Amino acid sequence: MQFGIMSVSDITRDPVNDYTPSEAERIKNVARIALKAEEVGLDVFAIGEHHNPPFFSSSPTTLLAHIAAQTEHLTVTTSTTLITTNDPVRIAEEYAMLQHLSGGRMDLMLGRGNTGPVYPWFGQDIRQGLPLALENYNLLHRLWREDVVDWTGNYRGPLQGFTSTPRPLDDVPPFVWHGSIRTPEIAEQAAYYGNGFFANHIFWPKEHTQRMVQFYRQRFEHYGHGNQAEAIVGLGGQTFIGKTSQEARDKFRPYFNEAPVYGHGPSLDDFSSQTPLAVGSVQEVIDKTLEFREYVGDYQRQLFLVDHAGLPVEMVLEQLEFLGNEVVPVLRKETESRRAPGVPNAPTHASMVHAKYGDAEPRQPRPNANRGDNVTGASPYQDSEGTQAIYPSM
Amino acid sequence: MNADPTRLVVVSAGASNPSSTRMLADRIAQRVTSRGREGGHDIAVEVIEVRELLPELPQALSSRFMGPAFTRAIEALTRADGIIAATPVYKAAASAAFTGFFQVLEDDLLIGKPMVLAATAGTSRHSLVADTEMRSLFAYMRALPVPTSLFAAPEDMNSEGLGSRIDRAARELTALMAAGFADAVRGDTWHHYSHEFGSAANAEASVDFDSDLMKLATGGTLSRPKSQEKAE
Repeated sequence: MQFGIMSVSDITRDPVNDYTPSEAERIKNVARIALKAEEVGLDVFAIGEHHNPPFFSSSPTTLLAHIAAQTEHLTVTTSTTLITTNDPVRIAEEYAMLQHLSGGRMDLMLGRGNTGPVYPWFGQDIRQGLPLALENYNLLHRLWREDVVDWTGNYRGPLQGFTSTPRPLDDVPPFVWHGSIRTPEIAEQAAYYGNGFFANHIFWPKEHTQRMVQFYRQRFEHYGHGNQAEAIVGLGGQTFIGKTSQEARDKFRPYFNEAPVYGHGPSLDDFSSQTPLAVGSVQEVIDKTLEFREYVGDYQRQLFLVDHAGLPVEMVLEQLEFLGNEVVPVLRKETESRRAPGVPNAPTHASMVHAKYGDAEPRQPRPNANRGDNVTGASPYQDSEGTQAIYPSM
Repeated sequence: MNADPTRLVVVSAGASNPSSTRMLADRIAQRVTSRGREGGHDIAVEVIEVRELLPELPQALSSRFMGPAFTRAIEALTRADGIIAATPVYKAAASAAFTGFFQVLEDDLLIGKPMVLAATAGTSRHSLVADTEMRSLFAYMRALPVPTSLFAAPEDMNSEGLGSRIDRAARELTALMAAGFADAVRGDTWHHYSHEFGSAANAEASVDFDSDLMKLATGGTLSRPKSQEKAE
């Protein structure tokens, strides 16, 4: 099982010290946070995508490539990549590039975002948000699996003889997670393609998560990708850890009370008892996290939100020490011993290469000489000569 | 008598204890249960005092996060065969607590359920609030308010007129409850209403895998987005 952290990329005023970091500071600090995640032995670092202040992460692949370049083991991913307002062609290109530069230590999570106004900024219509997400992924899926794509849809211009470059590393597409809270169509799409399903999990009572994950598992089996226990599930979570339960609560409460998401609403105590939010001692956080598998089944990836609500970077780094050194080692041992036989790990690049090629050499596409376009002649790659691109209808 | 009695849920947004709103709601409830008994139906009454849910209302409004008391209220309304909804009138409108309570409920929770609407006020000049304001809220929720709404200003509390109107509303409600309208709608017609996945009212229903969106989710294509249809 993989454990990691996910960041929203918010730049929030620290309500205790009355201090708002600059964009420059926060961006530098998030890189420190990611490197610390690797240092303390976590598996995954995820960054969100936003296109308005007070968030910085408009360009997730740039940040993730920077982090991948300075780490050796960490898998970099997103939480989430906007499958609605990004052109799927750009997602295919940018994340394939990240896949090459990270040596396959990446995947991505697709979501629809929670910021309505972003749609028109990118020429899209929020009323079409769901069909847009579904259609865009159908195209993205093909762009990573077919050298030459002809495609027509409702939400972007048609493609004729289009090749998304670079081709995925070893011609194995990045693994994709689909994130959703309560949209069965998204879970259905994840199940149909045999992709992962990620439930944010953190603002909602567990019944929502349980229902969606169960639906995804049933449909994963329905589409013949394996039995329900073999479906690939990820969960969000949120922790604040202290030496004692009281210390954790005292330190976190002022941040919780002012946080953009929770602030001025439910009390920390109510929210902790009713959602997966785990604020307490090392043992309390372990116990609460171990409960998750009881209602979603054995799962593959657990991401925690730790760097939000204006927490100063030193406090976040300290949280990562707790998480990586004290909480996660116990969680690894406990989840391993409780896990049912036959439950797979989350796919990695290595496992997907092995699944596709066995012991054979992976395909390494080598382009033919530039012919100025993608629509005339044969396949753009040397090893698939004879495959004719389909001409556009005039 | 039925093993599973008919369920009547009273939602009262009175501010004090006892409140004239709750007293009016109780009178209606008593009338409904005795009408039910006369017709051979046991009617079990549950009361939701909105006032007791107020600590959970801000988070429900801001993030749709339901606390334990709200969750119990929703369970009661999910099971309800009939509803009495009563509120005081403030500033010429149903109280904010009353409106807030219903605004955070899922859209499909009350579909087809018969209701009596009742309002109280310090002056009879507010007498149309139930019909002009409350009725439109429940029209949105596709509930079924009975033809007779009830309103009581101080001078109405001891009037025979109010008593006979309560009786009339109670007859209307029991007639609709006995007719099984809500069950009929929730059987044959249920999938024609929009539902959020996993809503309290729709927990048992299956997902429609033949919808256009489900086809798109599984690699299919949409013919045209709806917005473009008219233009061509």
